[in-house]
Amino acid sequence: MTLACIEYDGITKSYDTKTILHGLTFSIKSNITTAIVGESGSGKSTLLQLANGLVVPEKGQVSVFGAAVNSNNITSQRLKIGCSVQGAGLFPHLSVFQNITLMATLQKWSTTDIQDRYQQLMRLLKLDVDLRDRYPYSLSGGQQQRVSLCRAMMLKPPLLLLDEPFSALDPVTRDIIYDEFLKLQQAEIRSIVLVTHDMFEATKLAQQIIVLCDGKIEQQGTVAEIENNPASDYVEALFRAGGNAHA
Amino acid sequence: MWKLCSVPGAMRMLSYFSNRLLLFLLLIFFGFAHTSMAQQSEEPLSLTVGSKNFNENYLLAEVISQLFEHAGYRVDRNFGMSGTLIIYEALRTGEVDVYVEYTGTVAQVIFNDGDSSLEGLNAQLLSQGVEMMPSIGFNNTYALTIKRDYAKQLGISTISELAVQPNIDLGFSVEFLNRPDGWPGLVETYGFTQQAIGMDHGLTYQAIDDGSIDVTDAYSTDGDLDRYDLLILEDNLNFFPRYSGVPLIRSELPIQARAAIDNLTGRINESRMRELNGRIMLDGKSFAEVAAEFLAEEGLVARSDNARGSGSDMWSRLWHNTSVHLQLTFIALSLGCAVGLPLGFTIYRSRRLSRSMLYIAGLMQTVPSIALLALFIPLFGIGQTPAIIALFLYSLLPILRSTITALLTIDPVLKRAAEAMGMTRVQQLSQVLVPLALPNVLSGVKTAAIISIGTATLAAFIGAGGLGEPIVTGLALNDTSLILQGAIPAACLAILAEMLFDLLERALVKPHMLIGQLPT
Repeated sequence: MTLACIEYDGITKSYDTKTILHGLTFSIKSNITTAIVGESGSGKSTLLQLANGLVVPEKGQVSVFGAAVNSNNITSQRLKIGCSVQGAGLFPHLSVFQNITLMATLQKWSTTDIQDRYQQLMRLLKLDVDLRDRYPYSLSGGQQQRVSLCRAMMLKPPLLLLDEPFSALDPVTRDIIYDEFLKLQQAEIRSIVLVTHDMFEATKLAQQIIVLCDGKIEQQGTVAEIENNPASDYVEALFRAGGNAHA
Repeated sequence: MWKLCSVPGAMRMLSYFSNRLLLFLLLIFFGFAHTSMAQQSEEPLSLTVGSKNFNENYLLAEVISQLFEHAGYRVDRNFGMSGTLIIYEALRTGEVDVYVEYTGTVAQVIFNDGDSSLEGLNAQLLSQGVEMMPSIGFNNTYALTIKRDYAKQLGISTISELAVQPNIDLGFSVEFLNRPDGWPGLVETYGFTQQAIGMDHGLTYQAIDDGSIDVTDAYSTDGDLDRYDLLILEDNLNFFPRYSGVPLIRSELPIQARAAIDNLTGRINESRMRELNGRIMLDGKSFAEVAAEFLAEEGLVARSDNARGSGSDMWSRLWHNTSVHLQLTFIALSLGCAVGLPLGFTIYRSRRLSRSMLYIAGLMQTVPSIALLALFIPLFGIGQTPAIIALFLYSLLPILRSTITALLTIDPVLKRAAEAMGMTRVQQLSQVLVPLALPNVLSGVKTAAIISIGTATLAAFIGAGGLGEPIVTGLALNDTSLILQGAIPAACLAILAEMLFDLLERALVKPHMLIGQLPT
């Protein structure tokens, strides 16, 4: 298909004495949604943080859209990568509007461009216009997560990294957001990498799935491939756990 | 910026007015500091008269001040310095032009290892740019005193008889307790075996009056002796040296000023001095009043010349002291912020650096303020400079600690989010770190301000002035109302500072961001 959005080449990373990733080499395709699935501590979040330079590998090289990630270009690279994390990570001292538009303001977008993009995102994620001047503490968990997605998408980044964005939400809210997320994919085509421990979420939202176990890739393929031919008991177990949770 | 972008109308109005009020208060603050600085730098022909912090020395300093004023000089009264070495250092370095010293003290404390004859002392003084004027007349020697009726009860009248009393509580002024011509010498000469405790000289009479101590040191010209019905125990072994009152002056003092001081030569004997001291201690007159009375009685200065209105005088003194106090605290606090804030932001990432920095600043905090002030005298002299440096060091800890804590306690998710979004270092600082740290930092600066206002009262001990001046004088005179003239305005200033910072907080920080109300 098209070129890869992220390439990992021989990545080794350890924290203190524990090695999380063992010489990992693989790539993630562009313009589709890829889910990285694995248990806590399997190294999924580290993979995302390697892509936007928050974590530096001991060995190996990460490239985003063909450009190596290093300290020289990292700040400008990050502007092309939207990010949303579990618990939303909204700035408590800024209003909804300020949170979403902060980077565009810092990038000196014109006021009309900012307003237009803001309106567009609010509509896309079905956020009430009244929320504009509210502060994060007064929003529900679902609202916070949606604002966080808007913030990540403000600069129209070609790549979106989502680290367990929906795991703190109650099941009802989560189902609503899943639907919005799928509509979002159709409205603005981009590369999305979603990290989750929930296989059900992965199969619902992603086209490609990468299963990570103990810092190695257990299986990689389309949703159908993995569903029909689980490569190991571990992958099968993930399906069972996910299925039960959302039965 | 992030603050005013989209606050609803009412909030905007409120914030507008609180900003205005803040500006107004700051203007007053600066105005204070400015006028007091201006006052100090203008007018030529100005002489500084110093005094130690006890009654008689205040009075003699006031007498000299009025003689100077009569001779046409402008006089800065730097009264109430604590301890001989502090005031002598002030004279030697030129921060004071004249003060009244005692010959015994010059021999025992200032030059305790040289020739103690009058000629010898003069030669040593001259080598430091200081001269001793002829004696004023009286001999204010040290004496041990005891309640008259208690002495009768014990049946003693000499120091030898006191030395063999088994159960006697001795309390001395700290200086007496430590100087060779004081307690250590007494122990050697009379063979005391009892322990003695030290306290401020201003408190010893109070202590002897309420029975907490039985015996204390006194000066033989003290007006208090009659007030508390105290008996001077006879120095039967002639231990105490002579303490004739002599003006010490800087060598370059103009001839007219010397002549003014020379008017006092041989003019006051012991009983006259005791009587003058008594007018203050017993009759409750002010130094200025008694000095003017004395000069008029001696025909040196006509009475009307020095009739100083005491009512307006109190307010102008209060104003002056308050402005000096504000100036000291403001400069020290600004320095504390200028150093503490950037330092905190620079070192907070390094756990080791920030811990050792906090350790050093904490160590500074444990040094008693008065000791720190005394330690600074050889380095920075006396007056406002060492006081400001000490206050600066005291304000550093709360500022540094609150800055480092504020930065360390910011949610790491938010720091990572700011970085991941592609903000530059400066943007991370200005958009995220500073606004999130602000509430904690502000409360640290507020603590520092309040500590400084309190500690600045001690600066008077080294001649820096401020609201400590009436407190020190009041202590020396056992005059509660004078102490309150310093203590009440100082307390008001502390409250004002608290209110000012609350306003500042309200203007800069959103209500939901205030400490204790952070959303989870």
